[in-house]
This record gives sequence, C-alpha cells and structure tokens, in this order.
Amino acid sequence: MSRSPRLAGLSAAGTGWTAWLALLPFLLFLLVFLVVPTVTVVVGAFQGGSGFTLDNIAALFEPTSLSVLGKSLVLSGVSAVVGAVFGAFLAYLVVQRPATSAFRRVVTAISGVLAQFGGVPLAFAFIATLGFSGVVTEAARETLGIDLFGSGWIYALPGLILVYSYFQIPLMVIVFLPALDGVRPQWREAAVNLGASTRQYWTQVAGPMLLPAFLGATLLLFANAFAAYATAAILVSQGNPIVPLFIRTALTSEVMLGRENLAFALAFEMIIVVAILMTAYSLLVRRTSRWLQ
Amino acid sequence: MAVTESTSARTGTGTAVELIDLRRTYGTLNALDGLSLSIAPGEMVVLLGPSGCGKTTALRILAGLDRADEGTVQVGGEDITRVPANKRDMGMVFQAYSLFPHMTVRDNVAFGLRLRGQDKGRRLQRARDMLDLVGLARFEDRFAHQLSGGQQQRVALARALAVEPAVLLLDEPLSALDAKVRVQLREEIRRVQLDVGTTTLFVTHDQEEALAVADRVGVMNSGRLDQIAPPTELYARPATRFVAEFVGLSNRVRTQVSDGHADLLGSRVQLLEGSVPSGAGHALVRPESVLLSESDRPNARVVSIAFLGPFSRVQARLEDGQVVVAQTTSSLATRLAHDVPVRLDLDADAVLVVPD
Amino acid sequence: MTGTRNWSVVRWVSLAAFAVFFSLPLLSMLDFSTRVVGGEGRTGRAWRNLLTDPTISASIVTSLLLAVLTTVLMLVLLAPTMIWVRLRVPAASKLIEYLCLLPLTIPPLVIVVGIKNVYAWVTYLFGDSSLTLTFAYVVLVLPYAYRSIDGALGSINVITLSEAARSLGAGWGTVIVRVVLPNIWSGITSAGFVAVALVLGEYTFASLLSFETLPTVLGLLNKSDAPTGVAGALASLVLAAIFLLLLSSVGRGTRTTKGT
Repeated sequence: MSRSPRLAGLSAAGTGWTAWLALLPFLLFLLVFLVVPTVTVVVGAFQGGSGFTLDNIAALFEPTSLSVLGKSLVLSGVSAVVGAVFGAFLAYLVVQRPATSAFRRVVTAISGVLAQFGGVPLAFAFIATLGFSGVVTEAARETLGIDLFGSGWIYALPGLILVYSYFQIPLMVIVFLPALDGVRPQWREAAVNLGASTRQYWTQVAGPMLLPAFLGATLLLFANAFAAYATAAILVSQGNPIVPLFIRTALTSEVMLGRENLAFALAFEMIIVVAILMTAYSLLVRRTSRWLQ
Repeated sequence: MAVTESTSARTGTGTAVELIDLRRTYGTLNALDGLSLSIAPGEMVVLLGPSGCGKTTALRILAGLDRADEGTVQVGGEDITRVPANKRDMGMVFQAYSLFPHMTVRDNVAFGLRLRGQDKGRRLQRARDMLDLVGLARFEDRFAHQLSGGQQQRVALARALAVEPAVLLLDEPLSALDAKVRVQLREEIRRVQLDVGTTTLFVTHDQEEALAVADRVGVMNSGRLDQIAPPTELYARPATRFVAEFVGLSNRVRTQVSDGHADLLGSRVQLLEGSVPSGAGHALVRPESVLLSESDRPNARVVSIAFLGPFSRVQARLEDGQVVVAQTTSSLATRLAHDVPVRLDLDADAVLVVPD
Repeated sequence: MTGTRNWSVVRWVSLAAFAVFFSLPLLSMLDFSTRVVGGEGRTGRAWRNLLTDPTISASIVTSLLLAVLTTVLMLVLLAPTMIWVRLRVPAASKLIEYLCLLPLTIPPLVIVVGIKNVYAWVTYLFGDSSLTLTFAYVVLVLPYAYRSIDGALGSINVITLSEAARSLGAGWGTVIVRVVLPNIWSGITSAGFVAVALVLGEYTFASLLSFETLPTVLGLLNKSDAPTGVAGALASLVLAAIFLLLLSSVGRGTRTTKGT
C-alpha cells in the first residue's frame, strides 16, 4: 500500500517516540500478562531453593518424568496420526464438490465448531457415551451383553486417544482443505494424458505434492494434542498419565510441596517441544506454499 | 448450411485423425452440434473461434478428457471413442499450470516415459533431447516456478512430444502469455511441429495466431464448423458472414446484387459462394481491398487517419454517408488530413454479400 | 477416475460413518441428560438444575459477564492499537503481529503456570472476583481477534480514508472512532464472537487459578451429578456452536472489495 506524501509527512513528524507512545497500553498489557508469565516459567525452571540450579531440569530426566513425557508423546502422536489420516480422507471427500456447494459449507462450518470442541463439553460427551452408565455402554450391556466399560479404559491413555481424535479430525479438515484445493485439475489431466492410471497419479504426482502439507498438518495436530489440558483434566481425576496433568499435580498436590519449581520445568519442557514442532511445521508449509500457489 | 471444406495438400508421416459428427450438450448448453473434421497425417489444423464455440470441447473429446454424447473419434483408422484418456497415444499442452511443481524440468519431460517403463538412462537422455529441441537444455534442473510463462509452455511442449504421440493437442497454449512472447512462441511451436511431423490440433481464439501457424484453419461457431480452409483462402474467400467478420477486419458496404454480380464503389464484382443471390445487401470488404488515391475524381472525404507503423488505416465517408476503412501506405497517409477529398476503388475479385 | 459407481458408494458410506461418529456423542449427551436415574422415561431435572442450582446459576452469570468484559477489554485494547499501527506506526506492524500470534505457540497451560505471581498482584489490586480472569482471557483471545481485525483492515484502504478525513479537519480520535471503526465492523464482530465462544468454554485458566466459572463448576459435577454436568456441557456447546456459525455467516456477508 503506497502512502501519500502528505500523510507520510504527517506521520514522519509524529513518528519517533510520540506515536509509539500510543501503543504503550497494549504493549504493557502484553508484557504483564504474556511476556512476564513466559519468562517466569523459563527462569523458574532453573530456580531452586537457593538460586540458580539445574535440579529441576535434571528431574525432567527421571524415569517417572520420562515415562510421563513418553505417554504424552504417544497420545499426541497417535491422535495426530488418526486425526491426520481420517481428516485428510474426509477433506478429500469434501473437496470433490465445488467450493460453494451447501454440503461443503456445512461440513466446513461443523468442522470449525468441532475443532474448538474441548474441555468440558468433550469430556462430558464421552462420559455420556462410553462412561460407566453411558448410552453406548448401557446399550452394549443390555443388547450384546458386552461390558464396554471394563476397568475404565476411557479414563486412561487409550480413552484419551479416542477422545482427542474427536477434535483432531475436524482440525485436520480445516488445515488440510486449502492444500487439497491448491491441487490444480490440469495436473491430473496432464498426468492422465501422459498415460498415468489413477494409482500412478496418486503415487507419483498428487501424493508427493501433498506430502509436505500433510506432514505439516500432522505436526500441527501433534502440537495441539500435546498442549491440550482441559479434557484430560476432567476425565482423569488422579494420576499423571500425561505431562499437562503432571503439571497439575506439581501445582496443586501437597505431596509435591518443595517441588513447585518442577511445574516450571515441566512447562519449560512443553515450550521446547511445541517450539520444535511449530518450527518444523513452518518449514514444511513454506515449501508447499511455493508449489501450490 | 453445408460446411465448406478444402482438403489439405500436406502428406506427412504422422497419423490421420477423424472426428465424425460429434455432439455434446451440458445441460441446456449445446457445446458441439455435429462437428466433423479430418486431419491429414502430419498436418496442423487450428480450430478458431470465440469462447463458447466448442473448440476446446472438441479438443478434450479427442484427448479423452471429455466424452461426446454422440459421434466417433478415429485415430489412424481405429475407433478410439471408448478408449480411456490415459490409454490414448496423445500429447497435450494446456493453457497454463500444467507442469508438475514438485519435479524438475527434466523429470517433468521424462514423466510420460517413466510411466511407460523406460529405463532411467534412456528416458533422461530423451528428456534432454526434447529440451534441446525447444532450446531449454540448460534449465533441466530448475523447477516450474523458476521459469517464465513462455519457458514453462516450451517445457510442456517438450513433455508432450517426449512420448512420441500419434497426435499433438494444444489447448490455447499462448493465451496466458504476454503479446511479444506469444509471437515468438507460436513460431517456435510451428517449427518444432514441422520438425517432428506430428499430426496436430491447435485451439485458439486469436485469429492472427491461427492464420500464422496453420496448414488449415477451421472456424467454429456455436458448436459447428463454419469453414475449414488454408489461411489464405479463409481470409480471401470467407464462406460465411461469421467467418468474414471474425477473421480479419471487414467493411460493410451497401450494395445491390443482380445477375450474379454486386455493384459497389464504382465496380462490378463477382459474388462469393454463400452470398445473397439478388437484391439489396451488405458486401464484406477488407480494408486492404479498398484502394485509396488522391485523384481528380474524388468520391469520398477523409474522416480520420490511424498511423499503425508499417501501414495506416484511413476512414473515409462516401457520398451516400457510409464510412469505409481503407488500408494505405503510411507515406500516402501523412499527406492526408481531415476532410480532404479522396477516391476509393475496389480491388477484389469477388466479395461476400450478406443480407441486411 | 473417481467417476465410477463404486467410488460413489464408498463416498456415501464413508460420509455416513463420519456422521455417525460425530453425532453419536452429541445424541448421547441429550439422552444422558434427560434420563430418570434408576427409572424409566425422560425428565428435565438436569436441565432445570442449571437454572435453579445457585452455584451453577451464579457461575453462568460469571461466565457471561466474563465474556462481555473480555470482549470489551480486548476490543478497547486491540482495535485502536491495530488501527494506529496501520496509520501512524507501520514499522511496528511486524512486532504487533508477532506478539498477537504468540499465544498460539505458547500453550495456555504454560502461561497459567507462570502467571500465578502476576495474579497475586491482580487479586491484591482488584480483589479476588472471578472477573479478574478477564485479563488472562484477553491474552488467549488475542490471536483470533487479531486475525479477524487484520483481515477487515486489509480489505479497506485505511490510509486513504484517514487522509480524506484528516483533510476535512478530523482529529485522530475522530478518524479512528467515526471513520475506520464503522468500516471494519465485521472484523470487530467476528472477534467478539470468537471471544465469547472461547470464554464460555475456557477451563484451564479458571480451574488452575481456582476461580469459579461455568466450565469449572460443571467439571466438578462429573463425580456428583453427571446428568446435570452433561446438560450444562451440551448447552455450552450448542451456544458456542451458534456463535461460531453466526461468525462464519457474518464473515461471509461482508466481502468488501479492496478500495483503489
């Protein structure tokens, strides 16, 4: 956007520090409520009873911590893959219709809502469905004689994977649909014209082209699951199957008194993991955007 | 209306193509209304017409990317109407965006050969040869987004020809390019086509392009072929009013027809086939067929002069009020000015006279 | 090619499977929340509880107030800042963009862990009402609100409009309030809708900072009165869905062309 000489002159006269002054309220607000907490976490991870210490970081590598981290990674990874595969398939089913068709708009809107689905509504949805007296559990008990509830697998890792896929699949649809849209029909026609069968088109043309976007979206889903707290917090009342719940324990449990800084270290660990994932994501996305313009 | 068809003089070593009575409707839209066309081996036929005339539909039916409701497609004497697109032996160049973005130029060109199972060494060599043919050998490691539009289309051409197709299909390959690139590239395409000798169908809406490269030009109008003839014949002896007005510029001069001849601009000329047989009508006359001279027997006055570089076009008003455009040398045009009296004469063997 | 009949069948079966997968839990919620415990038939008890139980109804009020306050504070802070940056300090645009999108990469859980000290001060200054969550919620809403308003600002020619207004004698305040804001109204309302939807569902901050909002109160019902919890959850979900669907239709309704 080009600027008129007069306005440039006006703001040139005012820029310098006076115009920046008007940004102060906003910047201060962010400083206090975003930057300070983040810095507190990073600094606190290295603080102990008497100043700088690496004890908290060391605690991250204890068997308990590592096992929790491992479970978090498994939950995030599996739910990301499930979400990615099914979500990509659903997106493919949707993209075959023109962009303005009612069907596509409805699916996109519903996906938008479900992708935000989390915390209280999601947790209760699954309690209502597969909980001890959930609708499906009862139906299975009465009609098929099967006890679906068992020992409460829904409240442990396998259950969380199922629950998480509920928002991972719609999220994948939203994130991956633009990439599918970017695949031009001319590529398929050119491939067919040169002799490609449907399978050859997918394995040699469309597949390789969509792979970076697919992997990038999967990473996004991974980060999303890794950082999620609310749903698990409601479903799981005790224990630390995943890192976010471990943080909850570190913050609230009396047993952990004297290890408050462990929460900082765990939060720091989360920052690192998510940062790695988001960097990989942006690298992948940048490569694809060049192709699918 | 009978289609005026001239057969081609070319006898190449390629494959003959026959489109027989193709019909295609999309809902209520009649895209093809009984199109029949023969392409001789090695010939380049250009289908010319405005958007919506059906030319691209015809091409896509030949390629197998669309299916005709009725009619037959024959290549080399064989009926391929039911053969799927990826089994037809054709190479196609699209208007834009058809290069695979994740492959290098070389891999793009070699793609068809890879699908046919050729071993790596041979197909990469063939890819290089084809890139040499279009003059892009040194770009073989680049990607599509690093090339200009014209370069991309040359790669697309190399890719289409790499598989040695029986027929080469070009779907408005130059329409997305800048004017200057278009002129250079169409000559390149023609050169390559003559070199390789492949039977070719080229679709465009640009009549200058069509006249410049074709062995024969087929003018299409609303799903039908109005006329197919070599460029010079099409230009000089248009068979229908549509062809006369779509190809090149035309004056429309009121005239009277009697005895198989038309009277206009002080001359009596023969009629082209398809003209009004008698009575009043409009004669379609090209500007270059109107001779303008400074004379002592003027019959018109200059209205405006357009200097076009190598030649000029002069608008002049006849005594009866009609305005006629004449083509002149620029040296003559510079001597003229508004309202100068001039003489207009007709320099044509025959004209097409259309009803009022 | 995907035009074959086999593919059509696969397609419809798959879509049906997805539809069942996603609607089953929602229908279960409806069923579960209207059950008579230990008996037959349907009851609206759980749903009535939402309105009659004092804790729950108090938390509904709290959450609604929070939604309003968050929206207002967010707009008051963000909209003028973004407009100002476009008009007067374009050099700051990258910084503002980075800061506003930062909450997307820093998990809310992490922010909560670090915000406890800050909130000690906040409760000291403002008392310990749940409404102080507003500050934290504005941060959470920031990325979505930024994108909405940025999109709206990008579709009108802010600089030309403000030049025209200034040349007619308007001060900067008038320019922002009476010239720019009315033209980016769709972006503002979108941001508002997102804020409301987010606040009504937010659990992490509220529970770890020990405040009582609708989500946290409902969460505690998991053990004590599941049907009421399910009813509340379904209600919040439907409400949030309505807001997000309104948002998508508002956004679509105002595709203004870029000014020259």
